Amino acid sequence: MDKKPPLVVVGASYAGTQLAAAARELGYDSPIVLLGDESHPPYQRPPLSKGLLTGKTAAESLPLRGPDFFQEQGIDLRLGTRAASIDLAAKKVQLEDGTQLDYATLVLATGARCRPLMVSGSDLAGVYQLRTLDDALAVLQAVTSRPKVCAIGGGFIGLEVAAALAATGAEVTVVQSNRRLLARSVSEGMSEYIAQAHLKRGVKLELGHGVRSLRGLDGRVQAVELDDGRLIECDIVVLGIGVVPNDELARQAGISCDNGILVDHLGRTSAPSVLAVGDVANMRLSSVPGVPDSLQRVRLESIQAANDGARAAASLIAGQPQPYSAVPWFWSEQFDLKIQLAGLPATGDEMVARGELSSDRFTLFYLRDGVVAAAHSVNRPAEHMQARKLIAQRVSIPVADLTDPSTDLKALAASQTTKATP
Amino acid sequence: MPTIHYILKDGTTRSVDAKVGASVMETAIHHNVRGIDAECGGSCSCATCHVYVEEAFVGKLVPPDEMEDELLDGTASERKSNSRLSCQIAVTAELEGLTVRVPETQV
Repeated sequence: MDKKPPLVVVGASYAGTQLAAAARELGYDSPIVLLGDESHPPYQRPPLSKGLLTGKTAAESLPLRGPDFFQEQGIDLRLGTRAASIDLAAKKVQLEDGTQLDYATLVLATGARCRPLMVSGSDLAGVYQLRTLDDALAVLQAVTSRPKVCAIGGGFIGLEVAAALAATGAEVTVVQSNRRLLARSVSEGMSEYIAQAHLKRGVKLELGHGVRSLRGLDGRVQAVELDDGRLIECDIVVLGIGVVPNDELARQAGISCDNGILVDHLGRTSAPSVLAVGDVANMRLSSVPGVPDSLQRVRLESIQAANDGARAAASLIAGQPQPYSAVPWFWSEQFDLKIQLAGLPATGDEMVARGELSSDRFTLFYLRDGVVAAAHSVNRPAEHMQARKLIAQRVSIPVADLTDPSTDLKALAASQTTKATP
Repeated sequence: MPTIHYILKDGTTRSVDAKVGASVMETAIHHNVRGIDAECGGSCSCATCHVYVEEAFVGKLVPPDEMEDELLDGTASERKSNSRLSCQIAVTAELEGLTVRVPETQV
């Protein structure tokens, strides 16, 4: 019998699942225990704020893997299970149900949770958050009769929910304290484009307004009170004001944390034999293409970072370390707009457009010292794919070539001399 | 239930019963067919569910739309005349016996 303690993975969404799967693909053959705190087997999250709300995606199509996958791969998936504490010295995890698990390696893939809205009335019925499948199903159930919806927060989740519900006939208002939508992720020009896109498609925007309170009657929300005293009437409120990393387990064990668990390019934390991946991991990204030098660390909340970070950590576990080096990318869908973002723009980047913004088909390229460092595309999936290659290769391209729609980016990526990687 | 054949990287074939209406990508994920990554979950955003469709079936498929056509230019393995994104191929009864080959790499 195998007496070697298992690889224990806490968290069974993208990062945890990918880590377990990638470790097996790389030949890791010791036992793996994968703990998930939800009752559903691992599932896709992006459709929760998009296709699931418009009816385009059925809940049955969400599982990340087939039903036999975990058993076939010798991965002991335990659902509805939460870890309570870690004993680093004894290399044990204590579960909330009282079980103790020894580990050879421990991977924390505990993700993040929705940031709560700290105003009076946020506990009223009709106020929803959106992170899990159960959250999304609750929203879906609440929007059956063309309701008035107020989305609080103009980030990706808020805007996707606004777009999806508006498309199904809801009357939607987006409220945000920042004057710029997606201010954390995109340039001012892109923010303005997204705002106009929503206004054109019937979404109302209240930008530059904080929320003073949520007002209700008989325990149900009826209106959102803005900081100038105005009331936005609504039947439901969806909160999308960001997330908080679930790093408490690590903190309590004394593992270094600062806005998430601090990890290097292989997912290593400050504690031996403990790795962290996914939304909870604050990754060292120095020398990763598309990441500004000023940004030594970042907690990327994306499928790509979860998958690639998990692959890097799995490679270490399997004894073939391949540090994380992928260009960060993610995507969003709002109405008929497929928005794809590659690299991370920084202050001081030169922004140039390829294509007309008014056509809803364009790419904004961000040049850093003449090198393509980031690109935001709308309905230009091929340009997004090329941009990822250009960013990875740190290609220097004259602006005139980049903005000329007749320039073949694929050929450019193949032929351009690349800047040496430091 | 139409049977779909997936020719894997090592040359072996996985044959699975597909549900009508599901995509060829979803069918692969559901049956744990290796080599179809589908990082974006089928929203036609990532080109990591690239497959080569057996010639006899190419004409039976609804041709790629503009988005898919563009994305196919960005696949990690070479684009050929029979390249498709498997998330965009819906399984129908007429596709009984559909054979697709998984490319060398998706990322």
